[in-house]
Amino acid sequence: MSKTLLDIKNLHAEIADEGKAILKGLNLTVKAGEIHAIMGPNGAGKSTLASVISGKDGYEITAGSVDMDGINLLELDPDERAKEGLFLAFQYPVEIPGVSNINFLRTALNEIKEYRKETPITAKDFMAMVREKSKLVELDAKLASRSVNEGFSGGEKKRNEIFQMAMLEPKVAILDETDSGLDIDALRIVAAGVNKLKNENNAIILITHYQRLLDYIIPDFVHVLADGKIVKTGDKSLALELEEKGYDWLTEAKTV
Amino acid sequence: MTVVATEKMEKFLSNLVVSTTPSQKEAAENFREMDFPTTRNEYWKYTRLGKITNKQFTNRFDQKKDLDIADAIVSSQYLVVENGSIREDLSHYKTDFKIEFKTDTADSEKYTLDNTHVFTALNKAFYTQVISVSIAPKAIIEEPLQLIFVEQGSGVIANCRVEIEAGKSSQSSLIYTQISDNSVGCFNNSITTIEVDENAHFTLHKLQAGNDTSLSISTEQVVQKANSTFKINTFSFSGLLIRNNVNILVQGENCETYMNGAVITKDKEHIDNHTFVDHQVPNCYSNENYKYVLDGQSTGVFNGRVIVQKDAQVINAYQNNGNILLSEQASINSKPELEIYADDVKCSHGSTTGQLDEDALFYLQARGISKPKARKLLVSAFVGEIIESIDNERLNTLLHVILKKEHNWDF
Repeated sequence: MSKTLLDIKNLHAEIADEGKAILKGLNLTVKAGEIHAIMGPNGAGKSTLASVISGKDGYEITAGSVDMDGINLLELDPDERAKEGLFLAFQYPVEIPGVSNINFLRTALNEIKEYRKETPITAKDFMAMVREKSKLVELDAKLASRSVNEGFSGGEKKRNEIFQMAMLEPKVAILDETDSGLDIDALRIVAAGVNKLKNENNAIILITHYQRLLDYIIPDFVHVLADGKIVKTGDKSLALELEEKGYDWLTEAKTV
Repeated sequence: MTVVATEKMEKFLSNLVVSTTPSQKEAAENFREMDFPTTRNEYWKYTRLGKITNKQFTNRFDQKKDLDIADAIVSSQYLVVENGSIREDLSHYKTDFKIEFKTDTADSEKYTLDNTHVFTALNKAFYTQVISVSIAPKAIIEEPLQLIFVEQGSGVIANCRVEIEAGKSSQSSLIYTQISDNSVGCFNNSITTIEVDENAHFTLHKLQAGNDTSLSISTEQVVQKANSTFKINTFSFSGLLIRNNVNILVQGENCETYMNGAVITKDKEHIDNHTFVDHQVPNCYSNENYKYVLDGQSTGVFNGRVIVQKDAQVINAYQNNGNILLSEQASINSKPELEIYADDVKCSHGSTTGQLDEDALFYLQARGISKPKARKLLVSAFVGEIIESIDNERLNTLLHVILKKEHNWDF
């Protein structure tokens, strides 16, 4: 039996300034080699879940735990979580003028290696790795030397996220609405990249509104997140059912 | 009739030895009758001068046999100036630049130096020599001339005076390096006059890296003739109180003027840049970009004034001032002033002040970069465009060395 990579138990979180509860007892177990899809209506807490796991400021965890490969993530700073092997592909990748993609990634990679007490990567090996991994998502090598996400199209930004994932080789990757804003060609490229990166030692969590992405990245489990909890779990056929029937039948059923 | 000097000026002058040269004696008398500006004076509104005006500086000091300058040298030709006095024995220069040391500055009037300016009068009364640098017409000089201004001792005033003439169609650059060799509370009061003749290209790089007790007021008075290009890059990385006045008179048509500045502060430092471009004739271009990164309880001041005179049509004048406050106690006063009397001009100014972008910080952290490192990356990206625009590799390296030393930044 493969080992558990991410274990979320009874997670409660609220927006720090407002005291408004968003996650209300969420449970999720993700094992190595698995792909999980989390779907749900707007405002259900999908993006909050991604933010809380990755350690973004502005949320207060009022109960519960998040462990990754046996390590309590909630005690770590965001960069330490990344160093332990967590990756978040942002819904809205941030533009950082003046910081080159290359410089940024090399800094990140070497900090991660230092943390893991591995030898730093040489400039030559790094550039070879950039060339190899950028091909994976058909990212123009020129984009790698530009400022982080600056002037990138929507599709280029999302491909850049997957390129970074390829460079950092995480244990657990959370892809937050990576399909939003992508045309079908870009979606295929991104999905193909993700499929190539997936192996029996890592796990991927897809947060999405639409079933469309799941035609290209086949999930092992589909969860419905509504009102801060997982209200239903099924296999990939659940996504099709949701596409057809919407979410109302699940949220209404809950209130009965 | 003699005017009774104020007690304050008498006190300020009490440790200063006045030269016997008639013009300097007269200048000292003029100074005695003046008064220091207060913050009620618009030009000094955000800079309190008490750290200077309440002191009694001395212009006597013991020369040091050797000065700690090795790390600051970035050119094969350099002049060392110790507390305002030239140290020919430590200097090293060839004849590309014509360099003279004069005792009088009779011809300064043509630069319309404001002689009522109290610090101008102070400089005129107490400079030791005038460093005159001229660039021959048509001379193209690759290697810059470096002037290394070293302050040493305690409470010493240096009144540096430099006159630069860039001849017709010449191309050259100077580097000013203000550094400290174990100084405490020294005051550098300097004036530079620059004439950029027709079709000449001249660049002045100024690196201000004294220590956290250094006081500095400097004025660059520039005149540009037709078809000339003048650039000034000012890097203020260390000093308790720094005030830079850059005044540029654009007298000839088709001139280009560039002013860039990078200010990095910590603790209680106060750094003030006042720039003034006077567009008197048509068809000219000026571009200004100053960036401040303020930490600790430091304060910054930026005042960029541009005048486009009535008949100066087709002027393009751009100005930008960006500021990042790294701490809650740091502050900036930014004031662009555009006065436009012509009707066919393109002028713009922008001023932004903020903290580091929290979303960008989180993005970098989410990729495994620690918060301090992420902050450095963002700051270096912000001021980087100013620092990296320096194409002189040795100077660029020195800038990075000083940033590391003063602010523990390695980018």
